[in-house]
Amino acid sequence: MIDPLSLAAAGQVGEDFFKERDASSLCQANDANLFCWDWAKNNIDRYETFFIEHVELVVISVLIGFVAAFALALLAHRWQRLRLPFLLGTGVLYTIPSVAFFFLLLPLTGRGRDTAIIALSVYTLQIIYRNTMLGLDNVPRSSVDAARGMGMTRRQVLRKVELPLALPEIGAGLIIATVSTVAIATLAALAGGGGLGEVIVGSERGLGISFKTNLIIAGGLTIGLAIVFGLLLMGVQRMLTPWRRVKAV
Amino acid sequence: MNMNPTRWRAVLALMAALALTLGVAACGSDDDTSGSATETASTEGGDEGGAIVSNPENGKVTLTVGSKNFTEQIILGEIYAQALEAAGYKVKKDLNLGSETVALKNVKAGTISGYPEYVSTALTSFFGKEPEEVPADATEAYEEAKAEFEKENLTAFPPTPFASANAVGTTVETAEKYDLETVSDLEGVSEKLNLYGSPECRQRIDCLAGLEKLYGLKFKKFTPVDIGLRYTVLEKGGDNLSILFTTDPQLSAESDKFVILEDDKKVFPAGNVIWVTTPKVVEEAGPDYEKTITQVQEGMTLEVIQELGARVELEKEPAAKVAAEYLESAGYTG
Amino acid sequence: MSAMPLASIEGAIEFIFSPQYSNVTGGKKVGGIDQVIELAWNQLWLTIVALAIALLVALPIGLYLGHRHKWESFATAIGTAGRGIPELILIAFFAAAIGVGFTNVMLALAILGIPPILANAFVGIHQVDRASVDAARGMGMSELEILRRVEVPLAIPTLMGGIRSAAIAVVATATIAPYGGYETLGDFIINENVYGENGVLAGAILVALLAVSLELALAGVQRLLTSPGLKLRPA
Repeated sequence: MIDPLSLAAAGQVGEDFFKERDASSLCQANDANLFCWDWAKNNIDRYETFFIEHVELVVISVLIGFVAAFALALLAHRWQRLRLPFLLGTGVLYTIPSVAFFFLLLPLTGRGRDTAIIALSVYTLQIIYRNTMLGLDNVPRSSVDAARGMGMTRRQVLRKVELPLALPEIGAGLIIATVSTVAIATLAALAGGGGLGEVIVGSERGLGISFKTNLIIAGGLTIGLAIVFGLLLMGVQRMLTPWRRVKAV
Repeated sequence: MNMNPTRWRAVLALMAALALTLGVAACGSDDDTSGSATETASTEGGDEGGAIVSNPENGKVTLTVGSKNFTEQIILGEIYAQALEAAGYKVKKDLNLGSETVALKNVKAGTISGYPEYVSTALTSFFGKEPEEVPADATEAYEEAKAEFEKENLTAFPPTPFASANAVGTTVETAEKYDLETVSDLEGVSEKLNLYGSPECRQRIDCLAGLEKLYGLKFKKFTPVDIGLRYTVLEKGGDNLSILFTTDPQLSAESDKFVILEDDKKVFPAGNVIWVTTPKVVEEAGPDYEKTITQVQEGMTLEVIQELGARVELEKEPAAKVAAEYLESAGYTG
Repeated sequence: MSAMPLASIEGAIEFIFSPQYSNVTGGKKVGGIDQVIELAWNQLWLTIVALAIALLVALPIGLYLGHRHKWESFATAIGTAGRGIPELILIAFFAAAIGVGFTNVMLALAILGIPPILANAFVGIHQVDRASVDAARGMGMSELEILRRVEVPLAIPTLMGGIRSAAIAVVATATIAPYGGYETLGDFIINENVYGENGVLAGAILVALLAVSLELALAGVQRLLTSPGLKLRPA
């Protein structure tokens, strides 16, 4: 186990501690190289925790944002008086760039995952709220009137007519919100919230803000995740609304 | 549902600490000429040098290790965190907090137990000393900083063997083009050059403010950039100057590309690293707190720090792994 | 040791108008109206140039594809996919590849601005009432004339929607331009150690104001460009 010699010299590193290295021959030390395949292969597992954190951040934030936005939209749809205050509220949040929002929350809620989730949820909320309101507003009055004429209660009209017809718009909002959140979650690292941003400005920043291989991997994982989520949700939407084409943007 | 990641890390840290304890105890019993390792856990823990002994008493204390936002700091944070774990503490890490004022804010607020600061930074950035007022002698500088910290209800542990200083650096080509060897050589030339440094560099007397005031230099432009970009700005060509650190691995490994200018007017004092913490934490954590930190610092010579830096910044190894390699090679952990 | 006051609206307003002492001792003051104007202008100029380049690239492609009704899935998908581009990584990549400074950040932002403009240009032209287009063709107009005199005017609301979307995305991302070595208002937000909590709050307020102003300006442009007949339609 411990060599008595090394113990006597404890406080000094072993003789073979210092390595000869030729910086120019190391792919990852050389600024000129675009992508270092060997390094990437050997080190890809270092991105695992951050990738999982990233997925968690997105899923949790979108869920919270969706539930909150949906509830607010239903309320504003029911009681027209609420529309203006809600519109102003979400409008204000809309103009604050996400970066600013992260940093504004820091003194209030401290560093960490919770702060990141709050910021991301708020961002998701205003996108989904707008789209839900748009969807509900665009339901043709004729359909609503016909349903009321048939004797449906307000709640039944909502459930059986308005919401299904608003689904494409709501779905589009959800897709946009999710894809945007994947991108913005990279900033969560600025508030100590984890995610793929950590390998650039976070606790794993030794990988380097200037190491192109690192940036390509992190960027690739983020964009890949965004695409996967986007396609998944588009597929779900297509299943739920076979009668309408999927709208984008 | 999954356990919260922070809990996972705490559990793993505890298991690692237990494993280390068992390892050290087992090793110790093999060899009785090695004094410190054979001691079973006493209330004091191990003595100077030698392996860190885990003290079960420390398990009741949770310490949060902080660090500033560049690789050398993160390596130091990892070393201290792993060392404290080996000593039996429950350790949480909150590295990469930001620059010095943010880190200090966190210590005062209690969100971290402590972090490694440079004596020179403390004296010039926190306590407003001019560079010439920073003592050249490491112990003297430490005593002065400690006294100043005590006025703020903080304390600092004794310093590391190595010291680091800011330095004005550039490419070998630019240095040859303008015939630059010392910072004073920049006189008359600096108006043509762009200077890049960290955001607080503008204010700091051991950075841009000092260059302007004490060297009388005016630069074409100062652009604040992330510390991680300090070599990138030089790589891309053009006539640029960048604020580098004397402990940077690039300076020895890539000495054909980068060079630092000699600080002939002594505007950039060198600072050893001291652990900044609060008396409250010191009391709660017991004697092993300071003991472990100062113990594990003994191996931190300039060469070692440069080697560790090279592994992280050039080879792109994880800081945690590099820290573990240091602790093992120096005999602090099994 | 100097300590900056904790954040408050009054503190932020004070920060905007007069220089304050920084947390970092060194005597140089930070903030104040001069620095605010300088950084705000940096951010605006960066946005304008990036948008101009994005327009130059995205508009022709989007208009062409929309007119020919080609590659529909690509054009609509790119609008959504574009929102998934991680801004920080993009800026960092350009910094690592090209170098820090205005050019690198501007190129990254231009890339961010292309997707919404392209997608909306496509959708706007694509969805123009076919009857109007056929009528124009019947009248003997060339393809370019049809685009210019029939399709584009009818597509203005959607087109401008895309440009406004791009503008908001670009100006918001210009906030983190300091990570690419170009100082904008984001500097106040990112560097609390230098500017203090009031600086952060001031930065956030200023960026929001800048974004709103840009949005209003573009809404005005849209109103100018929309032909009177269309103004009856909801935008």
